[in-house]
Amino acid sequence: MSKLALHNVTKRFGEYSAVKDFNLELREGEFVSLLGPSGCGKTTTLRMIAGFINPSSGTIEVDGGVISSPTSSLPPEKRSMSMIFQSYAIWPNMTVYENVAFGLKIRRLAAAEIRRKVEQILEVVQLGHLKDRYPAELSGGQQQRVALARAVVVQPAVLLLDEPLSNLDANLREEMRYEIRRLHDEIKITTVYVTHDQAEAMVTSDRIAVMNLGRIEQIDDPFTLYARPRTRFVAGFIGRTNFIDGEVRGERVEFDHFGIDLSRFEESAGLQGSVSFSLRPQSIQLHRHSPSDGNGDVVLPGRVTQRAYLGEHWDYAVTPRDSALSLRVTARPHEVFKLDEEVWLELDPHQMSHIR
Amino acid sequence: MTDATSGKAAAGGNSAFGQWWRNLDKSVIVWVLIIGVLLFLVVNPLARLFLVSFQHQDSGTFTLANYIYAYSRWRYLQALGNSLTLGISTAVLCTAFGVPMAWAVSRTDMPAKGLVWVSILGTFIVPSYLGAVAWILLAGPNAGWLNRIFMALTGVERGPFNVYSMPGLVVVIACYSFPYMFVFTKSALDLVSSEMEDAANILGAGIWRTTFRVTLPLATPAILGAFIISFLEAIALFGTPALLALPARFQVVTTQLWQFFEFPPKVGVAAAYAMPLLLITMGLFWLQRRLLARKGYVALTGKGGERRPVPLGRWRWPMLGYCLFVCSLSVYMPAVVLLQAAFAKAWGRGFSLDNLTLANLKWVLVDQTQTQEAIYNTFLFAGSAALIALSLALCIAYIVNRQLVRFGNVLAFLAMAPFVIPGIVLALGFYAAYTNPPLMLYGTAWILILAFATRFLPIAYANSHAAIRSVNPELEDAVRILGGSRLTAIRRVVAPLLKRGLAGGFILVFIPATRELSSAIFLYSIKTQVLSVLLFDKSDEGNFEILAAIGLVLVVITVITVLIGFRLLGRDFMLRRTTA
Repeated sequence: MSKLALHNVTKRFGEYSAVKDFNLELREGEFVSLLGPSGCGKTTTLRMIAGFINPSSGTIEVDGGVISSPTSSLPPEKRSMSMIFQSYAIWPNMTVYENVAFGLKIRRLAAAEIRRKVEQILEVVQLGHLKDRYPAELSGGQQQRVALARAVVVQPAVLLLDEPLSNLDANLREEMRYEIRRLHDEIKITTVYVTHDQAEAMVTSDRIAVMNLGRIEQIDDPFTLYARPRTRFVAGFIGRTNFIDGEVRGERVEFDHFGIDLSRFEESAGLQGSVSFSLRPQSIQLHRHSPSDGNGDVVLPGRVTQRAYLGEHWDYAVTPRDSALSLRVTARPHEVFKLDEEVWLELDPHQMSHIR
Repeated sequence: MTDATSGKAAAGGNSAFGQWWRNLDKSVIVWVLIIGVLLFLVVNPLARLFLVSFQHQDSGTFTLANYIYAYSRWRYLQALGNSLTLGISTAVLCTAFGVPMAWAVSRTDMPAKGLVWVSILGTFIVPSYLGAVAWILLAGPNAGWLNRIFMALTGVERGPFNVYSMPGLVVVIACYSFPYMFVFTKSALDLVSSEMEDAANILGAGIWRTTFRVTLPLATPAILGAFIISFLEAIALFGTPALLALPARFQVVTTQLWQFFEFPPKVGVAAAYAMPLLLITMGLFWLQRRLLARKGYVALTGKGGERRPVPLGRWRWPMLGYCLFVCSLSVYMPAVVLLQAAFAKAWGRGFSLDNLTLANLKWVLVDQTQTQEAIYNTFLFAGSAALIALSLALCIAYIVNRQLVRFGNVLAFLAMAPFVIPGIVLALGFYAAYTNPPLMLYGTAWILILAFATRFLPIAYANSHAAIRSVNPELEDAVRILGGSRLTAIRRVVAPLLKRGLAGGFILVFIPATRELSSAIFLYSIKTQVLSVLLFDKSDEGNFEILAAIGLVLVVITVITVLIGFRLLGRDFMLRRTTA
């Protein structure tokens, strides 16, 4: 049984459809990210889950009970969820302690119980010594932790995060990613996390739903999403990639001046007509001499047309012989090739992901 | 599966009514309620004013007789012409007063800017009809201080000044409306970055050329806007023209309207006669908004590098002299003569110790129950009006800002509408709408309170709107997602955050409401006199010592409220340009 489920959810604002036919199910304790560029409908989806917006069609369920439908929706305050906002939304008129205790007071817990829980969670987010400060006296990172503590302390059925790290500086952002994942591993709350930052999604999530123009393009765990993108959008949005277009002719896929046997691709059965593949720059090897063709990889002659040294790796552009293609290749720092040098490209068809 | 969540979603009963009630957006009720209040306060008075202008006084049948009566007599048309002359002359004089001062304070290294600032704040504090009283003491023919000084210095028989004239009227009104010009122009000039001027300098333009060709033109839309406001202010004023024009035996529109109201009141004629005033005001406000909204003056959008004062060199002191001259016309000299009169046995006997007395103040504050009542009423009415206007404005601003209802803009429009209705026209509308059963408010305190509340609703709305916009809606969302209702969010988060801003809004409505004359004069009765009306009534008797004492009380009330405002909101809260 899924903890949270969205069935065919659509949201229209006048003529414009912000979210289209959205389907998603979360297991108890799962951490799912909605990842996409701005305007893709991810925040609208999150606010529908929270109950601030009603769907135009479709339903949202928690534990199998409908909480949102076009005709009647449970108001946000009755959903026992909590949310972390982009602006943190820390109440400036209350101290850190009062902010965190607020949700518990609304739930009418005993005073001693409230005190114990608040102090415990403040220790977890390392803010115990600041509990009597007002938010204006805190740094951005500390405010972020208050928001986190306030949302988590009520032990919500579902935790929602709306770009919570986007207002932090780069270093802090990286630190907080791990912090959020650590907290989730500790308390296992079912979580929906909205972000436009792929690294954030990769670090924190069990699964990532990549959204574009109001639709889910693909939903998978981070590894699969990167290794086997299903659409051109996903392949391009998560990391960098090479797009290679070809055509199936008989038992071979013909590309620009080279071809690969159909049988060497994964899911070769589905391939026919014009086809496109995504090939990651790290999945191509460069060699000075033709490698002995033994492991079944495809080997092509080519020439280095561009190179850049980025410290952590080399960035090459290589053109296969006679081809108009230009392939990005990432190589380790010691793999040095000169501009215009003749090289051999080695690529593994299994790592070429067929995209729609 | 039957669990708690699905049960909660279905809560509210299974009947058709339950279903309807549960799905109904409850804020609609508040919306309908507020629409009702706005219809009552804004739409109905205006509609009734319009209607009554086409009605026969007694029978109520349709007629054009009111219009024919109002526009077929030469002296009535002359009053219209006088108002136009008055408006344009006042606006020109306001520009001459306000623009150089704004430039000097905003852009130059003129000394004693602080003094000029405080003095201009002073002109805001003195109601213009009180200024008129002061100017009668200063420039009344023969007896006025200026005339007497002139005669003493030159030895001539008659002084040159006569405040009972069109020029006198223009000067007095300009003295108390040029602060609009000052504030508008200054806030525009404050946004012109020095880089703009540097760009002209580097191309070879001198200070004066730069100022006239670059700096001031950038502020032109603001200056034109203020010109229009000054014009409208001048033609809508009642008190000052009544004090100065009537003795000079000429009429303007507002005084003529008042005469139509002398017993027996010709409401229909007055309504017909008020139409041009209303139309001109609405039209010019529309024009003013267009001017200020016009794009192209990118310099006015705000971001701009550092600003350095323009060095005036040897012109520093003449510039200050001009500023102080204007201030002495509007504040210093009037303050001196009013204080003298308020504490004098007879003001004409001049400044001597044996002329000093507290009898006038004692008479006003202790002896006369009439004035005590008026003071009490002034506080009560202004306070109630501010409270009503602010509560209403706050509800509307919240609904509009949070987009709780579909047609929130209608509410905002109605809340801002009284801004373009001259007070005297609004009073006529209230009179037309609420003198007959079933809503017989005339003669009660309520008609004054509601008229004040309506008149200053736009101030309250602009303030509430700005205050609420500064509260991030996510702060409320955070309350709700943690289990608090919208009301909890308003009570625990929005209200505490708005406290200071709302206190400011209250004061900004309270101050003009304590001194409002032009609408009060049509709506008061013996039992509901306020200080402004009392002061105007007493002006007939020519007892200037008492007038000055009443005026002093009024000014003290205002100063105290302004000081409270300073404490709460910082020094510039009155001179800040509201985004109306």
